[in-house]
Order: sequence, then structure tokens, then C-alpha cells
Amino acid sequence: MTETCLAFHDLTLGYASRAAVHHLDGKVDKGSLTAVVGSNGSGKSTLLKGIAGVLKPMAGGINRAGYVRIAYLPQQSELDRSFPARVVDLVSLGLWPRRGLLGRHTAQDKQAVKEALQAVGLAGFETRALDTLSGGQLQRALFARVLVQDADLILLDEPFNAVDARTVSDLVLLIKRWHGEGRTILVVVHDLDMVRQNFPETLLLARRKVAWGDTAETLRPENLLRARRFHEAWEDDAPWCEPEEHDHVHLHDPAETGSERRAAE
Amino acid sequence: MSALFDLLIAPFADFGFMQRALFGSLMLSLGACPVGVFLMLRRLSLAGDAMAHAILPGAAAGFLIFGLDILPMTVGGLLAGAVVALGAGAVSRFTIQREDASMAAFYLISLALGVLLVSLRGSSVDLMHVLFGTVLALDNEALALIGGIVAVTLGCLALFWRALVAECLDPLFLRSVSRLGSPVHFVFLGLVVLNLVGGFQALGTLLSVGLMILPAAAARFWTSRVGSMCVVAVLIGFAACICGLLLSYHASLPSGPAIILSAGVVYLASILLGTRGIARARVAHRHRTA
Repeated sequence: MTETCLAFHDLTLGYASRAAVHHLDGKVDKGSLTAVVGSNGSGKSTLLKGIAGVLKPMAGGINRAGYVRIAYLPQQSELDRSFPARVVDLVSLGLWPRRGLLGRHTAQDKQAVKEALQAVGLAGFETRALDTLSGGQLQRALFARVLVQDADLILLDEPFNAVDARTVSDLVLLIKRWHGEGRTILVVVHDLDMVRQNFPETLLLARRKVAWGDTAETLRPENLLRARRFHEAWEDDAPWCEPEEHDHVHLHDPAETGSERRAAE
Repeated sequence: MSALFDLLIAPFADFGFMQRALFGSLMLSLGACPVGVFLMLRRLSLAGDAMAHAILPGAAAGFLIFGLDILPMTVGGLLAGAVVALGAGAVSRFTIQREDASMAAFYLISLALGVLLVSLRGSSVDLMHVLFGTVLALDNEALALIGGIVAVTLGCLALFWRALVAECLDPLFLRSVSRLGSPVHFVFLGLVVLNLVGGFQALGTLLSVGLMILPAAAARFWTSRVGSMCVVAVLIGFAACICGLLLSYHASLPSGPAIILSAGVVYLASILLGTRGIARARVAHRHRTA
């Protein structure tokens, strides 16, 4: 039987009383490689923030199997590229879980940073300023930081956005290497062809779970159609969620638009 | 040689008030300039200005009750600054409003309250003193206070350096690996308030932010590392204080504005001549192929 790395129990995450991930149940197996897909606003990034501990659940919770070292790669837009730092400074942030606020970076740590940069094809870029990097180079540097973190659970939020084909294939190889090493990985991806080719498992989100499991099964046309009908915007007149509601009939099914619901009523 | 001595050294060698002014303003630069670098890198330069206005009602309340006494005015300023910094920080962290808007709202309330308090008792001379300070009248008590503030500032910067850099560069990452994100933000805002309060006796509430922001903004044109930027900012701060005090002495100008204007001249020169300034960018016709 496979060990569980993460378990979601009735997990609801959101911002200012608006749920972005709604009553999610399920588990992520240890050593699994899962793509998280769905339209914009379907809760993919929010889910990763919740797992990383950056966002607290509004309801329900996340159970981790014992102590799990997490490496979280936010979207590139969260990073201040104009900050006067070098590539090596960015990658060295990955030493935080080991060295914390005051721990001295040892020669071994510096070697780990150097090797990580080599592994992502950025050897010789150590002293380059961040604002001189291309989008692809920056993403490679961020992957090097994940390498340095040496985590059990890796969360990557849209790592292939605005990155050229060669970089994408290099980064996918790296993800597969981590998978081969038995690490658990969740990646937010938009390109469904890439998901079919490279990810054994997929979670299809439309604010709540539409389908989750084997990729081919999850990405069946009827599931994709359900997810596509999801209404992106929050509705001002959305009813308040009652605790017992989601167990039975969900009055505000995200796969049902406001106008459809009103028509049905 | 003698003329040079009279111009640069004699004012400080001959007069105790000039020595105290020099000592106080150099200490202020040592603490305020690195804080200014982080303020600038967090794109909060204008928030520093807002905070400077925010300490006014506290200083004014101290002045109203105890008269022109450094300690109550300082404690009052600290309290008012802390309320505004914490209030604005909390609103931006826990509501949809961004820090620029919440900071503006809080400081405007605070400023109006401050002016109201000063007008209840003071003459315009009192108001001028609170707003523009008197660096030439720094007494030992004020110097000790500034020294304490500088020690706390440098200690906190050394302790939280890594977290401050991470919070500026990639705040979400820091929050994923550590719970220090929010505490560090508030410690930093505390340092801003502390240094503004430290500066207001010398430079006044309106101008104390100048010694924080102008050297930092100028240093951005000379270096591309945070550590060296702090060092360059402190050196620019030192230069501005020395030039400003000499200018004030020889030309009988008010010392606070003279110091800040000197920093302003360095800033303008840095835009033009800095290694990352306009002239270098224009002159560098040659370029590398990769």
C-alpha cells in the first residue's frame, strides 16, 4: 500500500470570505508526480499556497505525514527582479531550512549552491545580477533554489510560463529526476498536452475538485467540459456556504454559471 | 593651508556645539541610511515621508505637556509612529488595502492631529522647532538617545539581515520557509520610526526622513549589492552632514535644511555621474556580444 504524503479534509481556502478552493477532499501519495490543472481562478495557486503554509485554511485542513520538508516555487511575478541581488544570492535562499536566520553558510553549502547551478545549466552565472537574466534563466535559477532546498515535497506554481521550449524540456527532465528520487511533486500546468506526456496523475480543479487520479482518466472530455463551464468571477450575490451543504447538493456548484443557475430556478 | 583649516576644521575644533552637532548627525547617518536603503528597496520611500509626518502628534503632545524637553517629545513621537506603523501595516496585511493607501490615511489623520495640538499652545516659533529641528542645539541627553537608537538599529539589522533581504526579494518564499515574514516587517517599521524620532530633535519631523532616503537613493546609482549600498549610503550621509554643518556655519544657514540639501546635491550628482547613472549609460557606446 502506498504511503500518503498529504491528505486534504474538507479543505476550503480563500481570501476575505471568498472561497477559492472549496471543500477539497483527497490525498497525495508519497513519491507521486501530480499536475494541477484548471482555468484561471480555479484555485490552483491558492491550493499550493495552502499546502506551503502561506495561506491558512478557512475551513477543513491539511494533514502532512510526519515532518515534511517543503520547497515552494511561487509564480515568477511574486519575485522582485529589480532587487539588487546576484544569482548566487537567490539560490542561497534555498539554504534557509538548513541554516535559518543566523546559521553560517558552510563551504559544503556553497558547494551545494554551485552544483545546483551547474545542474540547471547556469554554471558561470553566479555573480550575474537578477535583472540581467532572461525569463528562462531566472526560472532555471529558481529551480536551482529548489534543488538546494533538498525537499520531500516540491510545489511548483506555473514553472513553464514565458519559458522557451528548450528550457521547458530541461526543467521537465529535472522534475522527472526528482520524481525518480522518490520526492512528491505537485506542479500547476496549463498545457494539457504536456500534462498527458509527462505527469502520471492530475488534479482538475474548478474551485473544487472536478476529477483527480490517473491523468488520462482525469482529462477526459466530459471532465474538461465541466471544468470549462466554471464561472471565473466571484459573484457578489453568491449564497453563504452552509456546513452540511457540500455533503448533499451544492447550491453554488462552480461548474454551473450564475445565469444557468437562475435559469434552472 | 591655514585658510583650508579655517574653512573645514576650525568650526569643529573651536566650538563644542559644532562638535556635538557633528557627532550627533554622523551617528544618525550610521543608523538611518541603511534603514533608508531597505525602505527604498521595498518601494516604501514615500512611506518614510509619511511616517515622518506621523510622529508629529506624539512629539506635539509631549511638547504641549512638558514643553521643549527631548525625552517626552521623543517618547510621544515613538508612540505616535508605532500606532501609525502598526495600524497601517495591520490594515495592509489583514485587509484588501495596500500599504501605500493605509499609510497615507493614517499619517494624514496623525499630521492633522499634530498641527492641531501644536496650535493649541505653541507660537509659530515652537512649530518651526518641531517641524525643522535644531541640530546645533543637541545636548548630551539628545546625543545619548541618538546613540542608543543607532545601537538598536545596527543590532536589529545585523540580526535580521537575511530575513530582510528575503522579505524584499521573494516574500512568498520567506513565508513558506519561515514564520519571520510578518515579525520582520514590523521590526523594520519599528526601526524606521525609531530613526525618524532619533532625527527629529536634530532635523525636525519634516526633514529627518531626508537623511534616510536621499543617501540611500543616491547609493543606488553607485553599487548593485545591498551590503555595499548600505555602506555607500552611510558614507554619503557622513559627507552630507559635514558639508551641511560647514555650510550652515559659514553662511549662517539653518543647519537641518543645509544637511538635507547637501544630500540632495549628492543625489543629483549621482544620477548624472554614478557608475549606474545617466552619463555612464550614455558614454558606454561599446557593448559586449553576450
